[in-house]
Amino acid sequence: MVAFNKYYNKFNILSASLVIISLILLIFKGLNFGIDFKGGTLIELRSTDTKINVSSLRDNLNQMNLGDVSVKNFGNEKDFLIKFENSDNKNVIEEIKTNLDKSFGNNFNFRRVENVGPKVSAELLKSGVIAISVALTLMLIYIWIRFEWQFSLGAILALFHDVIVTLGLFSLLGLEINLSIIAAVLTIVGYSMNDTVVIFDRVRENLRKYSDIKIYDLTNISINETLSRTLITSITTLLALLSIFLFGGEILKGFSLAMIFGVIFGTYSSIYIANTVLVRLRVSQKTVLREKD
Amino acid sequence: MLYFSKLRIFFVSVISLFFILVTSSNLFKFDNDLLNKKINLGLDLQGGSYLLLEIDNSPVIEQKLQNLSTTVRNHFKEKNIRVINLRISNQKLYFSVEDQFKQKVLDEFNNENSNINPYYSRFKSHQLEIVEIDDVFNVNFSKQGIIELKTSSQDQALEIVRRRIDEIGTNEPNILKRGNDRILVELPGLDDPMRIKSLLGKTANLTFRFVSNSNEDSFGVEKLKYVDSSEETNVSKRIILSGDNLLDAQPRMNNETNETVVSFTLDRVGAKRFGKATSTGIGKQLAIVLDGKIISAPVIRDTIASGSGQISGGFTFQSATDLALLLRSGALPAPLNIIEERTVGPDLGQDSINAGIIALIIGFVLVILFIFIKYKIFGLITNITLIINLFLLVGILTIFEATLTLPGIAGIILTVGMAVDANVLIFERIKEELKNEKNNLIAFDSGYTKSRTAILDANITTLLAAIILFFMGSGPIKGFSLTLGIGIFTTLFSVYFIARLLTVIYVSKNKEKQGLI
Repeated sequence: MVAFNKYYNKFNILSASLVIISLILLIFKGLNFGIDFKGGTLIELRSTDTKINVSSLRDNLNQMNLGDVSVKNFGNEKDFLIKFENSDNKNVIEEIKTNLDKSFGNNFNFRRVENVGPKVSAELLKSGVIAISVALTLMLIYIWIRFEWQFSLGAILALFHDVIVTLGLFSLLGLEINLSIIAAVLTIVGYSMNDTVVIFDRVRENLRKYSDIKIYDLTNISINETLSRTLITSITTLLALLSIFLFGGEILKGFSLAMIFGVIFGTYSSIYIANTVLVRLRVSQKTVLREKD
Repeated sequence: MLYFSKLRIFFVSVISLFFILVTSSNLFKFDNDLLNKKINLGLDLQGGSYLLLEIDNSPVIEQKLQNLSTTVRNHFKEKNIRVINLRISNQKLYFSVEDQFKQKVLDEFNNENSNINPYYSRFKSHQLEIVEIDDVFNVNFSKQGIIELKTSSQDQALEIVRRRIDEIGTNEPNILKRGNDRILVELPGLDDPMRIKSLLGKTANLTFRFVSNSNEDSFGVEKLKYVDSSEETNVSKRIILSGDNLLDAQPRMNNETNETVVSFTLDRVGAKRFGKATSTGIGKQLAIVLDGKIISAPVIRDTIASGSGQISGGFTFQSATDLALLLRSGALPAPLNIIEERTVGPDLGQDSINAGIIALIIGFVLVILFIFIKYKIFGLITNITLIINLFLLVGILTIFEATLTLPGIAGIILTVGMAVDANVLIFERIKEELKNEKNNLIAFDSGYTKSRTAILDANITTLLAAIILFFMGSGPIKGFSLTLGIGIFTTLFSVYFIARLLTVIYVSKNKEKQGLI
């Protein structure tokens, strides 16, 4: 049996600092919003001429008065991702095409063009925030119906921890937040909850079974009893996600990376946050028997 | 938990076989209607264009108020009420009347049978609202009036957009209303939406008006620019003909001038008006105005009574074709703005499909290997279940002809990773039970029973997340929530029917064996 409970305090301090650092990052550094949420234009290009590189493309586009243009490679040397802010010019994509063809010859294939106006991006951001809030609320209601309030609090704190730290990591690494990241965050919420609930189920079962064991040890027993399940499920989920990350193409990279972070944090938080809340709230057999009898 | 009737075995087998067959219909061709279904590929996988258009209704409101001002003037004139200071600004109509008529004006506007202010009894609201501020009446559209106006211009715009897109002849376009002032256009297989964008971006409001140099024109004149130069000319506000009178328009080659022109045919009313205008106006210039710009302003040399004519204006064949198309399909009630565009080229779509399938296969193989190493014979059972689960999931998507997107493929891969969870919960529980219980059958039975609540909890939480995503998400993200959500049901089915059936068969044959799992 692994003595998880010996490290409850240390990991609580670690988690608290991670959450605080994440919040500071989110407030001061902020998130790198993609065009879905900030508005603007994105172009994915493939060049057939190997001489074309990021700096030559950037120099060329900078002459077009597009404002702040970002150009970078996308997955490999011949694919480029160009991003710039919204312009009033409706024909801007056509003009870029003409301009690039003129400067570099007809060597480009426009693989993807996305343009999100300011109104739409504001709406997408709003609905993303609403979606995450609704998800957290529904999870709260669900767990509140299923368990006693101490458990609900533990599960929700674990959820907030996972979401905040995942977003904090995205802020730290400057990774782009787009629609698929919202999908990833929601799935993380579901996964983290899932993990927590399985352990809580066992805690409650054990609370009824052993009246003489204190919650401090009881959580540890429950974590250990469910440990192999926790690990196996995390591993198979991570294997699937790793496969998406490595082989699923550039477009799914951000999504799968967010999910990988989330699954790791989710697994950790169900052990070290959800359970320690039960310990700190001094949950005992009385907590679970009162309602059922 | 461990009993399976023959009937149930039969049903489980039939369902599994059916879905295997349905799934394979994506790869092979069947003659049967039910089996001939295929998963739709989303625009991100097959390539295509997604355009979200917003209708700018302010010109419509302006126009309606313009009409209203005429109506108000005439209406009260008949009743011998003099309307003074009638003007429009900021989407409001302002006017005043003499003090003794004020109440009468208010009554006219707020009467449920009012001629100038329609009453929607269904919504208990008038089209217009009127208030008096400092002796001036302010009239503007009520909330319901605006909704009515938007809905009607959306209906018209949708029709025109459909006609224009049909004229270009793209593959199975999808044109839908969004809210009450937006139109969503999905064009599969289109990798360069430039032409469609430019065609949808034009209102195509065509008018024929005399060039009028004098200020004597009782309708007033306005200065308009030419399409191809910055030159300006005064044009009468009186409209001789509009695009509504056009029956047909086609690009033509004018043999005399060797120029591409757009020839048009007018309806009966239009032909009459055109004939009259050209007979009285010989020697005058007739301006052909499209969306506030003059295409050309030829001098009338002869009466044209045939009801057909030509528009010239330095067209290329392409621009003449486009103008003819726009004129044939009619004018939009209001300008459209493209507020969101997402276009994926077909080769990127194919790359995404390939990457998605490779990721699925590799993820699948990794999970299967891991589970087999971990659980041996029961791992095999789990893996068989997982394969059938995949068939069920893809089969259901096929039956409903659901749209598969790239995130949707990610959802399938994620389902593979998470689907083993239920079996793992069960097997781990059985292992625990076996520590205290020597009878295999009893241990397996209680393993299944005791793990049930945890499995339900785990799946409900994921399902909640998927449902929220489905309702909040757009396009590709919806595809993700769809596969994730359906995956939960197929997982529960395959775990409780298929995996359990296989487990039961194996355990009943090895009742006495120790260390079964």
